Amino acid sequence: MTDSLMVVPAPKAGSQRVSSWKLLFHNRLASIGLCLLGMLVLVALLAPVLPLPDPNATAPAERLRPVLSEGHLLGTDQLGRDILSRLIWGSRVSMTVGFSATLVAAVIGSAIGLVSGYAGGRTDNLMMRGVDMLMAFPYILLALAIVAVLGPGLMNALYAIAVVNIPFFARNVRGVTLALSHAEFVDAARLSGKGHVSILATEILPNVLPVIVITMSTTAGWMILETAGLSFLGLGAQPPQADLGSMLGEGRAQLFTAPHVSVVPGVMIFLIVISLNVLGDGIRDVLDPRLRSGALLRPGPRTAVDPDRTVPKPGNADAVLDVQGLETGFTRNGHYSAAVKDVSLYLQPGECLGLIGESGSGKSVTALSIMGLVNSPPGIIRNGAVYLHGEDVLAMPETKLIACRGSRVAYIFQDPLTTLHPMHPIGRQVEEAIAAHQRLDRSSLRECSIALLERVGIPDAGERAKHFPHQLSGGQRQRVGIAMALANDPDVIIADEPTTALDVTVQAQILDLLRELQKERGMALLFITHDFGVVADICDRVAVMKDGEVVETGDTRGLLANPQHAYTKRLIACVPEIGQGKQFLEHVSALFRPENWP
Amino acid sequence: MTPHMLEVRNLTKTFGGGRALFGGRRHMVTAVDRVSLALRPGETLAVVGESGSGKSTLARMLVGLEKPTAGEMMIAGRDADELRRQGPRAFGKIVQYVFQDPVASLNPRKTIGEILETPLRQLNRYDAEERRARMTELLDAVRMPADTLSRYPHEFSGGQAQRIAIARSLAAEAQILILDEPVSALDVSVQAQVLLLLQELKQSFGLSYLFISHDLAVVEAVSDRVAVMRSGRLVEEAPVDALFSNPQDPYTRQLISSAPKVHKR
Repeated sequence: MTDSLMVVPAPKAGSQRVSSWKLLFHNRLASIGLCLLGMLVLVALLAPVLPLPDPNATAPAERLRPVLSEGHLLGTDQLGRDILSRLIWGSRVSMTVGFSATLVAAVIGSAIGLVSGYAGGRTDNLMMRGVDMLMAFPYILLALAIVAVLGPGLMNALYAIAVVNIPFFARNVRGVTLALSHAEFVDAARLSGKGHVSILATEILPNVLPVIVITMSTTAGWMILETAGLSFLGLGAQPPQADLGSMLGEGRAQLFTAPHVSVVPGVMIFLIVISLNVLGDGIRDVLDPRLRSGALLRPGPRTAVDPDRTVPKPGNADAVLDVQGLETGFTRNGHYSAAVKDVSLYLQPGECLGLIGESGSGKSVTALSIMGLVNSPPGIIRNGAVYLHGEDVLAMPETKLIACRGSRVAYIFQDPLTTLHPMHPIGRQVEEAIAAHQRLDRSSLRECSIALLERVGIPDAGERAKHFPHQLSGGQRQRVGIAMALANDPDVIIADEPTTALDVTVQAQILDLLRELQKERGMALLFITHDFGVVADICDRVAVMKDGEVVETGDTRGLLANPQHAYTKRLIACVPEIGQGKQFLEHVSALFRPENWP
Repeated sequence: MTPHMLEVRNLTKTFGGGRALFGGRRHMVTAVDRVSLALRPGETLAVVGESGSGKSTLARMLVGLEKPTAGEMMIAGRDADELRRQGPRAFGKIVQYVFQDPVASLNPRKTIGEILETPLRQLNRYDAEERRARMTELLDAVRMPADTLSRYPHEFSGGQAQRIAIARSLAAEAQILILDEPVSALDVSVQAQVLLLLQELKQSFGLSYLFISHDLAVVEAVSDRVAVMRSGRLVEEAPVDALFSNPQDPYTRQLISSAPKVHKR
């Protein structure tokens, strides 16, 4: 029996993995920032070997030489010291202090955040209130207070800046840790015998690391600025040691007679901070999974349609909805791949067509393409036509298409909790759906919405209309979703897995409701699902999709009893049914023997 | 020693309750309410219920991820409190858990090799060579190719990830597997293959399963006995044939009649 299952081929690796470095260099601003910062750091590191005069050697005779004077490229300051030399040595000090402070704050802050997010409860409360206290002071005041207690000096300035920045790390890291500590893989690690310390260090930390790096890259610029600020006030570097802030402070007295003395370190601070910030933004864009997935792309109001698409003639004169030769695809990193290929479907008035397929078969993309709801970019409709009462939806002007959505074709989605707005009472959301297409005054709007809610079986609708989505059960929320779809008496309702998130007993009720409404209003229903049992329950005809293509269509009863295509046969055989009992597994094991593979 | 792999008596779990910071009484929910069950060696016991019935909380208590509020729990003849005192290893060596969402149960930043290695090292104390040999055997058992070890979880489909998760729970060499809706996130054809795999593994490794599901058809195909839960309580428990042919509780009857059927009779 060991060979009854085939070895599942693993996917190809490599091609899909885009390295973070590559993405970072793709961002032009970030790569400029990285180059600039790299140069500045390199020069600062090389300071001891560069042929520079002693930065602290005073020469009163040569004081306040202008820029580009002989022997002093950037001139001299009020004590005749070479500004270029002081600038390079000073940048070295400022950057060392700034980066070290970032590191110290990152280590301590992340440790606090990790422990407090993981431990939760009282420990979390205690640690976070401490962090809140740190945050309650204006940061420069806090830094001043710390330096005032410890006494002026570079090391003390470093401590002060690090302490001031701990809260940023602690809060960011705690938030992520809190979510991760309840993740299933953490539970799994616990069951694998790992202790708390090991889980924190090897399971959670690697997942929090991007957040730490993002916070570091966005705060490092600030920390250098704060170092300069404290030195400017005379609390950081002590004379004669050069540091960008103290150079600025000393040059202030000569601002009108010799502006270059303060302008030069000012420009240097600007360059360091701007390069760090630009680089930090780039790093954040690369590491933040939300931004990486394309949240910054703003999809247009309708799916892009290829102007050169082929437009097949409508196939059924009396169909409400007639999809012909539809091809929808996605462009990612310059590569186009089709998700739906040459799909043709039609819906008669009052008919229910089931569209069934496994995940990735393109059934949802087909459904969304009908009203141009696939996000563009990256989606594009390459070929085909969608006829609604004989009129091509894809050729409609934008305003007309939008007017058709909800009034002639309405959608019901899988998860009513994500499609309903959490902050509005359900009655108002139904009213909004009506008001989008009908001009009614307030009281009749309310009447309509309550009548609709009553129709979909919400008990005590007048009172329930004031409730928020989270106060309703999953089945009731889906009823609200159905009420919103019905609001404008559409000809076609497209239901995308409307019962998948529901329990079986609730699913049976929702299916009954949909069947009843469909009969009563004569609507056509396109029902998308992965469940053959549901199809058998509600659909008149069914289309089976596989890898973006419709492999078989037919009358539900006939297709289920006598499937023609090998894929449909196998799929139906894989559905366990009550009454089959143990025979099911024997049956399936015969099916998956290598010799039975198509 | 009792002949049962798992035995719970009047197991109860409540969430919330107690006093809030400013004296108000917190809302209390009883997720599992005085449940008594026993799992016999080599048996598949299914726990059926809809969302919110407390079946997952029950499962999490059985592997030591949650602490029961009241009741007794014996795991392979040993008291659960005693096991808990011995630290996380003691539980993991006897009971393992397979999660519903296979992708979420694998750390996205670790290779499959690192994930499989952990229980072998932590629970069984194998050295590097034994671990390597064991990992190849395990992947073979769940029908995954050997180069799986160097890959990351996101490179696998749901069905493949569930095979890997099953391999990890086998790595602990525990005798009891708690399967929490192991196939409900999978496509039907993949679901059938995973069910078949589970059946084979049970025989070849001599395992006992506690199979949690909301899908009665799946339950009928894999289990020996069925326990039906509703709002934290056990409403009916019977051998699988008896339960489906002659359900006693009205709720069980409702569940069976609500299940959609492909071939109408």
